[in-house]
Amino acid sequence: MDLKFSNAEPFAEEREAIDRRLGGPGEGGWHGGERDEQDHRRAHTGHAARSRRHLVMEALHAVNDRVGWISPGALNYIGKRLSVSAADVYSVATFYALFSTNPRPKRVVHVCTDIACMARGSKEVCASLEKRLGPASAMTGWKHSPCLGVCERAPAAMAVEAGDPPHEHLIGPATVEEVVLALNVGPAALAAEAPPMMAVPQAGQEGLMLLKRVGRVDPESIDDYLATDGYAGLRRAFEMGPGQVISEVKESRLMGRGGAAFPAGIKWESTAKQPATPRYLVCNADESEPGTFKDRAILEGDPFALIESMTIAGYAIGAERGYIYLRGEYPRAFRMLRNAIERVRERGFLGADILGTGWSFELEIRRGAGAYICGEETAIFNSIEGYRGEPRSKPPFPFEQGLFNKPTVVNNVETLCNVPLIMQIGGAQYAKIGTEGSTGPKLFCVSGNLVRPGVYEVPFGATLGEVLELAGGVPQGRTLQAVLFGGAAGGFVRADELHIPLTFEGARANATTLGSGVVLAFDDTVDLSGILLRIASFFRDESCGQCVPCRVGTVRQEEALLRIMHNGHDAAAKGRDIRILRDVGLVMKDSSICGLGQAAWNAVESAIDRLGVLEESKSR
Amino acid sequence: MNVHYTGATDTPVRQITITIDGKEVSVPEGSTILTACNAAGKDTPTLCYGDTLTPKNACRVCMVELEGSRVLVPSCSRKVQPGMVVKTDSERVRHSRRLVLELLGSSVDLSTTPRIPEWMERYDADPDRYGERAGESRRRDVHEPGEHHAGDGSVADTMCQPIKIDNDLYVRDYSKCILCYKCVDACGSQWQNSFAIQIAGRGFDSQISTEYAAELPDSACVFCGNCVEVCPTGALSFKSEYDMREEGTWDESQQTQTTTVCTYCGVGCNVNLHVQDNKIVKVTSPHDHDIGHGNLCIKGRFGFSHVQSRKEDGDG
Amino acid sequence: MTVFGAGGGTSSYNEIEDADLIVFWGSNAREAHPIFFHHALKAIHKGAKVYAVDPRRSKTAEWADSWLGLDVGTDVALAYGVGREIIHAGLVNEAFVANASVGFEEYVAACEPWTLEVTSRETGVPAELIRQLAHDYAKAERAQLCWTLGITEHHNGTDNVRALCNLALLTGQVGRWGAGLVPVRGQNNVQGGGDMGAIPKNLPGFHDVGNPEHRAKFEHMWGVTMPPKYGLTLSEMMEAMDEGHLTSVYVVGENPVQSDADTTAVARRLQNLDHLVVQDIFLTKTASFADVVLPSTAAWCESEGTFTNSERRVQLVRKALEPPGSAKDDIEIIRLIAERLGHVWPIQTAEQIWDELRAVSPAHHGMSYRILEERGGVQWPFPDENGPESPFLHGRLWEKDPAKRGRLAPFGIIEHRLPVDKLNDEFPLRLTTGRRLTDYNTGVQSGGFNSPIRLGACVDISPEDMVRLGLNEGEVVRVSSRRGTVLAAARRDPGLRPGLLFMACNFPDEMDVNALTIEANDPISKTAEFKATAVKVEKTNEELPQESAVAETIDRDRPDKELATANEEG
Repeated sequence: MDLKFSNAEPFAEEREAIDRRLGGPGEGGWHGGERDEQDHRRAHTGHAARSRRHLVMEALHAVNDRVGWISPGALNYIGKRLSVSAADVYSVATFYALFSTNPRPKRVVHVCTDIACMARGSKEVCASLEKRLGPASAMTGWKHSPCLGVCERAPAAMAVEAGDPPHEHLIGPATVEEVVLALNVGPAALAAEAPPMMAVPQAGQEGLMLLKRVGRVDPESIDDYLATDGYAGLRRAFEMGPGQVISEVKESRLMGRGGAAFPAGIKWESTAKQPATPRYLVCNADESEPGTFKDRAILEGDPFALIESMTIAGYAIGAERGYIYLRGEYPRAFRMLRNAIERVRERGFLGADILGTGWSFELEIRRGAGAYICGEETAIFNSIEGYRGEPRSKPPFPFEQGLFNKPTVVNNVETLCNVPLIMQIGGAQYAKIGTEGSTGPKLFCVSGNLVRPGVYEVPFGATLGEVLELAGGVPQGRTLQAVLFGGAAGGFVRADELHIPLTFEGARANATTLGSGVVLAFDDTVDLSGILLRIASFFRDESCGQCVPCRVGTVRQEEALLRIMHNGHDAAAKGRDIRILRDVGLVMKDSSICGLGQAAWNAVESAIDRLGVLEESKSR
Repeated sequence: MNVHYTGATDTPVRQITITIDGKEVSVPEGSTILTACNAAGKDTPTLCYGDTLTPKNACRVCMVELEGSRVLVPSCSRKVQPGMVVKTDSERVRHSRRLVLELLGSSVDLSTTPRIPEWMERYDADPDRYGERAGESRRRDVHEPGEHHAGDGSVADTMCQPIKIDNDLYVRDYSKCILCYKCVDACGSQWQNSFAIQIAGRGFDSQISTEYAAELPDSACVFCGNCVEVCPTGALSFKSEYDMREEGTWDESQQTQTTTVCTYCGVGCNVNLHVQDNKIVKVTSPHDHDIGHGNLCIKGRFGFSHVQSRKEDGDG
Repeated sequence: MTVFGAGGGTSSYNEIEDADLIVFWGSNAREAHPIFFHHALKAIHKGAKVYAVDPRRSKTAEWADSWLGLDVGTDVALAYGVGREIIHAGLVNEAFVANASVGFEEYVAACEPWTLEVTSRETGVPAELIRQLAHDYAKAERAQLCWTLGITEHHNGTDNVRALCNLALLTGQVGRWGAGLVPVRGQNNVQGGGDMGAIPKNLPGFHDVGNPEHRAKFEHMWGVTMPPKYGLTLSEMMEAMDEGHLTSVYVVGENPVQSDADTTAVARRLQNLDHLVVQDIFLTKTASFADVVLPSTAAWCESEGTFTNSERRVQLVRKALEPPGSAKDDIEIIRLIAERLGHVWPIQTAEQIWDELRAVSPAHHGMSYRILEERGGVQWPFPDENGPESPFLHGRLWEKDPAKRGRLAPFGIIEHRLPVDKLNDEFPLRLTTGRRLTDYNTGVQSGGFNSPIRLGACVDISPEDMVRLGLNEGEVVRVSSRRGTVLAAARRDPGLRPGLLFMACNFPDEMDVNALTIEANDPISKTAEFKATAVKVEKTNEELPQESAVAETIDRDRPDKELATANEEG
């Protein structure tokens, strides 16, 4: 490609960081290396050079991790190394919140201001930080962040220090002192992160199926994993053969746990039937729905389980390669997964000729970089391929044209982690767990104003009241005000609806949604209109910007809420604004490209219609 | 125009019949619902649709109701399938089109977008109801995705920003940009493959941009003007047109358009010369001609000055 | 392309989109033919493999899967090397060669010395790359071989073309959809001019001046007797001027004082003529030597007519503007001159003249203005208004029936001859010339707009030579050949290797590149060797000149110069 770059050159450490990830520039000077004699007579600049676009995000991570931001010289170097134009690299870099194209200090603390943390004092933490450090901005070293997925320890923060290696540290509950320490001395000075089992109050209890190893095994030890039934599922799958594996999963009636609740077996079957190859498997570990942290509990507490599950899924659909798309804010999960992949490869569970079956499978982790939209199944493809995480139009569907336009299965972490169980007990037996319409065990992310927030595993069928009970209910002296199901894209229910069964059909019958399994309880101390505004603000920030209904609609939704909150006395004005909210909400729901826009009004709508929140909104 | 042998084996194309607003219409297999709407005489507003580009589905103004679909579908890209039942004027469709027009009208300067007043009236759109429009922002080229300053809702956020004039050939007025991606696609792999511009930033703060908002002459731009050719709103315009509009002398009713052949090489691209007062004021290219498909290079697009400088200099 | 019996590109632009292999040999289409390259890009995105054969790693080569950076003027050697490898690897399309060609045995013999090692030594291209090109070209389903002036602007340009045709013949990469030979023309109507008989040997519609039957057709139509003698080529005219046989010249729409090789010599010749008439839309440098200047209309926008492009497509040119002052249409000027010479020709429209052409040219017979209008142009041959178009030529070579196959295509037995302008200790550097995206020919047209990407008058030098000569970008150097000297700003270009320089030919007023180039002509096409000049480069403190070298040496204002229009004369 006849690309044109500015004269900006990378600094030595930027070049080194990029080369370490991409490998050296190889022979010759045409792709960023030193010009040599061979460059006088030959060049290979075609398809091979252009086939590495998918490494753009990886290279951006390498620079951002090392120096904290992406300079023009580093950006040029990435473009030259990967045959991607500077404008293209820039467009990718400016899409993701964790990347910065503006200079910023090496240490930055991301302080969660999202709904679960709001319910547990993040506003107060931020107010103190503002006094100590000045207003939130990259230059003052601390920034507001959307949900970090550490809701059980809210309020949460993530401290990052660029370097070699970079330090990343999730803090929770976060205090002003810890944030200041992380900024002044570095994240390394912080007390160790809470162990993974702290996210799972049930850890160690008998009868758990998905969380059975969390807290009981060393998540870095493959021997521990093997000693606790590890890889029994894969061995069983190999005995069955791919067709039978798919049959069992179909019979289990396992539904996707990411929010869309699509039958996993059917997804696998339709992908496996596609003639085009190679086929891909993608694990959606971009858990970013505010209030969601169940996948983190598995990834940190039982990472081998996901690797085994993906190997079974890859085997069933005939994939050669799988990708784990992991959200960028999960540093420990990244370390655990990377270790797990290395260990299983050493033991022959991954790579060429797995367990002597002749079948080969590779797994790769790709890190997101701060974009909620990348949890959308087609946005993941674009992100892995090195593009902006913009959702694609469907049709074509992933099973037809997914990653690299090849047939692809995308499954959520939790969905996949049910598979070894299905292999072991059989689809029919599995289907007996739970209810008729919702089979199997289910993880709920229970957070907010509760005594024991955390990830809870219950068989489908438990009611909302029972799950809140597991978490100890609201603290003494407080009363439950409302519960948010499914996160920002979900809906509110009232405190008097505790009978709602937490099943797909139960939620549907009660005109709400389970979504990703968020059960976020708000007690009477919480200002719900503030929560609504935070949700609106979240969608405005996280909209990819591709389609008009969502790009502009999320802005107008936030503006209307702001006006109502600032000017609640004027009934006529409020009426007009609620009208705007409904009109804008409907066009977002009807005409947005993807689920983000389509759901961006759900929570606000339910708050108005189910809770009557804005009716009570007062001028403040 | 342009019926040329394609080398493909001549298999007859199947006709697909669908129902639009209660009436059956047949179009060739592979057509879009939009094509079927046109065949059925249903005037469908479009903005991001480009006759030479792969549909991007970004503007969502052409949405229709498709029986069996949970959400509305974009007519410009959804392919027809036998038996589809489509509504183009239902309450949902009208609402969606009205809102898309309002959302755009409240955030973007649509003063040079063709047909906007007609559509606004047809769908009863009121873009003013979102409040007073925010003034010019000088921060739209700084990208901090995931962050924004929320005001108090008293003004409606907009694309409004300073106009970019950094060369003598064309002008970028992104206050008029609806982010339809057409210029990006024309500059990118669909046609020009120069990749000089892309969408930068995220969400409402997105912006068509070069790397670090570099000025065009410093970017990879080769000034083919193929982005200007496809811009639906006048956000991109030729300097000649921009200057005349500023002077108040631009008058399309006084212009003729003549298709002729570019003089600059042996490829034979067709050019449309827009002439006002015996002066070429703009060069476009026929989209349905299969040499260029609406594309030109810098010489074909801008190399006409010599003809008129001759007059001014009396150099004949 | 006379190998196959008709002088035109064998394929349509659209066909390249379906090719699985594209070879750009001496063609920087990305810059020189950007919209043709769009069609190639479609193929590239579908997976087509691309080779670029060019001394420079041009912008086209930057899209290639493999770039073969041969030495200037070694194309015939490289083609032989590729041919020999195809033969020795058993990749010859034997059926096609047997059915469609003659002279294969001689060709095999001519190839034989050109082993990969010998070819590599002669061309500088690594043997492995030559081997890959040979194998990929022979094995491709549909290969397109495209070239431009990098092939033809050599003293042996015709041989170069024949060398490439041999490869297509050897592998059957011609005469099928997607497989063909594509010379992309540098100027808007080079193809049409030739088709219309603006070649010394031709009459309109591919008729031979030397053929009595052909002449008879025109004699009958026009009621005159036609001279059977071939005309002179441009370079023969130059020789004739030197020898004093040619004393009056009528130049229409050309600027030889700046565009031809060895411009100093050209200027001297024109100055010595008895009478020079220049018909142009500008007062060009050439016009400044004229006795009479006839201001004409800009053909592409001030008059009606047709252009024929590189895929043989005849397209209508339409009048969009009224011409300035007393400028007249070329048709009208010629009619008025005829009138002065005592021939009263009727006033005719462009369409009437076109219909006259259609009457004598079977290849154009079906192309009424109506059809041209309706279809956006039509490709020849198109004898019948209702008939099909011919997207590609020479499909006949694949016919089973020898009668339908017609005249067989001969392999060209040619010799590899290095450029005439030899390198030595005094002139150790090889200068090649070309066009940049934003500029065109002598710049009289493209100079009219302010291009933000115009590099202007400069000499491109390899990074190694920049260091060796102690140069920084923008510093002025003196570039000298055996014929002349120009000053230019140095520009670093990593696409060049040590010893190779490049200059754009588009700024003759600031930098008269053709004061350097050699007037060594191809014996058949008479195209000059613009692409291979021996030069030396010296750093200098001189300022870049504003006027050309020619202006310094030649008195522009001849005393008898007369600026006149046909109108005023009348």
